[in-house]
Amino acid sequence: MSVTPFIVLSAILFTIGAVGVLTRRNAIVVFMCVELMLNASNLALITFAKANGNLDGQIAAFFVMVVAAAEVVVGLAIIMTIFRTRRSASVDDASLLKY
Amino acid sequence: MISTAIDVLAAEGGHSIPLVEPTSAGSLALPLVLVIALPAVGAAILLLGGRRTDAWGHLLGTAAVVGSFVCSLWLFLGLLGRGEEERQLGLDLWTWFATGRWEVKLGLLYDPLSALFLLLITGVGALIHVYSIGYMEHDVRRRRFFGYLNLFVAAMLVLVLSSDYVGVFLGWEGVGLASYLLIGFWQHKPSAAAASKKAFVINRVGDIGLSLGVGLMLVTFGTTSFDEVSALTSGASAGVMTAIGLLLLLAACGKSAQFPLQSWLLDAMEGPTPVSALIHAATMVTAGVYLIVRSQFVFEYSDTARLAVAVIGTITLLMGAWIGCAKDDIKKTLAGSTMSQIGYMVLASGLGVAGYAFAIFHLLTHGAFKANMFLGAGSVMHGTDDDVDMRHYGALQKAMPVTFLTFAMGYLAIIGFPGFSGFWSKDKIIETALAESPVLGVCALLGAGVTGFYMTRLMLMTFFGPKRWEPGVHPHESPKVMTFPLVALAALSVLGGLLLLNDWIVTFLAPVTGEAEEHHLPVPPILISALVVLVVALGVALAFVLFGRREVPREAPTEVSFLTRAGRNELYGNEVNDTLVVGPGKQLTAGLATFDRAVVDGGAMGTAASIGGLSQALRRAQNGFVRSYALSLLAGAALVLLALVVVNLA
Amino acid sequence: MIAFWILAPVMVVCALGLLFARKAVHCALLLAVVMISLAVLYAVQDAPFLFAIQIIVYTGAILMLFLFVLMLVGVDASDSVVETIRGQRALATIVGLLFGVTLVVGIAQVSVGTVVGLDEANAEGNVIGIARVLFTKYVFAFEVTSALLITAALGAMVLAHRERLTPKLGQAEVAAQRMRDYAEHGKHLGPLPSPGVFARHNAVDTPALLPDGSVAESSISRVLAARGSVNSAPGSARQVQRLGGGDQDVPERDDSSDAGGAGR
Repeated sequence: MSVTPFIVLSAILFTIGAVGVLTRRNAIVVFMCVELMLNASNLALITFAKANGNLDGQIAAFFVMVVAAAEVVVGLAIIMTIFRTRRSASVDDASLLKY
Repeated sequence: MISTAIDVLAAEGGHSIPLVEPTSAGSLALPLVLVIALPAVGAAILLLGGRRTDAWGHLLGTAAVVGSFVCSLWLFLGLLGRGEEERQLGLDLWTWFATGRWEVKLGLLYDPLSALFLLLITGVGALIHVYSIGYMEHDVRRRRFFGYLNLFVAAMLVLVLSSDYVGVFLGWEGVGLASYLLIGFWQHKPSAAAASKKAFVINRVGDIGLSLGVGLMLVTFGTTSFDEVSALTSGASAGVMTAIGLLLLLAACGKSAQFPLQSWLLDAMEGPTPVSALIHAATMVTAGVYLIVRSQFVFEYSDTARLAVAVIGTITLLMGAWIGCAKDDIKKTLAGSTMSQIGYMVLASGLGVAGYAFAIFHLLTHGAFKANMFLGAGSVMHGTDDDVDMRHYGALQKAMPVTFLTFAMGYLAIIGFPGFSGFWSKDKIIETALAESPVLGVCALLGAGVTGFYMTRLMLMTFFGPKRWEPGVHPHESPKVMTFPLVALAALSVLGGLLLLNDWIVTFLAPVTGEAEEHHLPVPPILISALVVLVVALGVALAFVLFGRREVPREAPTEVSFLTRAGRNELYGNEVNDTLVVGPGKQLTAGLATFDRAVVDGGAMGTAASIGGLSQALRRAQNGFVRSYALSLLAGAALVLLALVVVNLA
Repeated sequence: MIAFWILAPVMVVCALGLLFARKAVHCALLLAVVMISLAVLYAVQDAPFLFAIQIIVYTGAILMLFLFVLMLVGVDASDSVVETIRGQRALATIVGLLFGVTLVVGIAQVSVGTVVGLDEANAEGNVIGIARVLFTKYVFAFEVTSALLITAALGAMVLAHRERLTPKLGQAEVAAQRMRDYAEHGKHLGPLPSPGVFARHNAVDTPALLPDGSVAESSISRVLAARGSVNSAPGSARQVQRLGGGDQDVPERDDSSDAGGAGR
């Protein structure tokens, strides 16, 4: 069983997630796209684990999940805070820090 | 001591050039230290003590200098009590600094030359301190004035007592500082402030000469103390000796207001008159002569340097006399006269071993009569509400009899009236000059005539003729505290010639200046004296015709000859300085400023502006949109990836 | 591989849907599909532990958190289609395509070599295998993640915390305030009328009628009114009238009046 299709799928999902981050404006959706990218990389890690025959890749994916969990908690809290003060969840509205 | 016993024979003169070989000061060490310490401590107390010393500061300052004078007398008598071979006393104080192979010791040297200077400085200094008590009575900063005067006296004594060129330099700078402070003492007057700055700056030019000369000595001989240098000069090359001599001459020119550094002295008259008398007539300006005579062991080995000294002296002698003829300001006339008389001294010291003693002799007599006349001029100004224009005087001999009489003594002395001190000293210089170099001698003779002219003019305009006083001015005699020094100095002016009695001063100075051979004149000396008197009489008569018989206008006439105009403008010395030094200097600085603005600043600002402009353009990239940043991030990642793929596949 | 070939197109389509769905809720649901599919792929790749974690942590916890926040922010908030940053969409597409194509081409060019497979590593079972590695080789990193999680929890608490600026109102103060409002503005003192008296299918969207037959607008939620999914109050009133057969003249009232607005 070749692993290349898995990797290619991972790459495609990652790219879609990246484009999503660039095009979507709802902060929550942008965040979802980030999660999609993380998941895509997890898929690649697990695939590599299988290809190399050890569990290190799976451990790495596990850590990615842990970090993603922490990140989501803080990120969503930030989105909430911004929404509370600005009544908007658009990432374009929070653009005061500029020239 | 290095080769102390070598008697060096100068090639051309055949006479021996005396070495500096000090013996222990012995019991005279105490007054030797005290003579400097008293005014130095006085200055320290007065200047550091502040207003607490206001009440008695002038008394302390005067007492310090009088004490110093007493010490000088003590030393002088002690010196006379010794044999001729033991008249060079040395006193090593401490090592000032030692770097590598050079060690500069601070020591004192007391020999006949220093002895005479000590008497002049402390004697005239004491009299002028006394005079200043009266002259500066109404000045709120009198205590500070006395502090500066004490500082000057201390520095001047360091100058003439130091046994080392570096020590001389210390005193040299000290008197320069004191001169600066005192010329600008009335600092609220812009002219005084400018004059002090001018004196300071021009003196710096001379100081460069001294420091370079001392440095050259240090390089050549490895030492700067008089005794070691004097022992080593015979072995040095003529070129080096000429260089050292010319550098020392430059120093002397700066300090003694000799051509071409003469222009500061006339402006220095902005200072209080006692300062003009003490510093700019009697003592400090003669430091250059001291330096040349003291360095005779240098000049004796360089004919070129000596000739330069004599020529400079002659030029200044004539210039000073010329300026003195044209000025209406009494102090400036006297300042021109000072320049002229110092020119005589420099001329004499440039004549070599035959002239050194007469240079010092004239220096002493001049110190007395010129101080006398300056103080007299101060007295006149004191009585006429500080007016200095001689055209506003006239007929003062009745209003100020003591001043007039004492001034007349000084007048007779300076023009060389037979019997008075100036007659003996100036006569000797002219005689020696004629013997050594007829051209210079004739110039000196001419100068004597001009001296008679301008001094007579001064006397006539000030004391004789009708009253031309400013309205509301009522001239009156000065207080006793001011006239006493006048009388004392007038007595010295009259009696100064006694020093030449039996050629005493020549013999006395011989251990320092060397024994002169008899010079050979085609005519007997008495004839030359008669000639001098004749020339002077001609000058006096001319002045009498021009100013004694005719009405002196209250306003200076404007339709005057070129000679007068040039004299009034101080022979365009300032203009020459402006053209040759100040103008190019300003242009240079302007050019440098332009260069700085255009190139340096331009480069810096241009760089900054271009970076600023670039930043302005790049600033637009910071639009605040996270997604834009993310886009550039992804683009960067894509590029890195692309590079990786390309590199790996290639 | 069959699972892969079935799931891969689904995942790609769902992921693309993430890009184009207007409503955030739809995005969340599409993401859930992708995540569950991924979990299946993990299982296919001999990673049963991560399969479980993916379902529990990602689909179960994280995605639910997303939905929770979506509800707080407003589930109906949809993106406008207009792009505000000029050229962003086109550039994003170009760069994304460049990135994706380069990545895929690069991966295609790389030969991974023989696939070893996890049969040996998973000999004792996948969970035990992971535990062995995690608690030996990666134990330090594992401990550090605990610090990370605690920090994240604290951060979320700090961010979510709202400082109380005014003293908390007790029951007595609220009652006093109500009396004051009544005294000063004549504001209705009693409880609000409840909606849904004449409801036929959904009580919440049917306003109450006042005794005079007019509509009590304060009885229905403002959100429903704003959304427009509310029965017209005058319409309801007329229906009531028709049902009652009465010939009373019901006054026409404007829906937009704010008669009940202050009572909430």
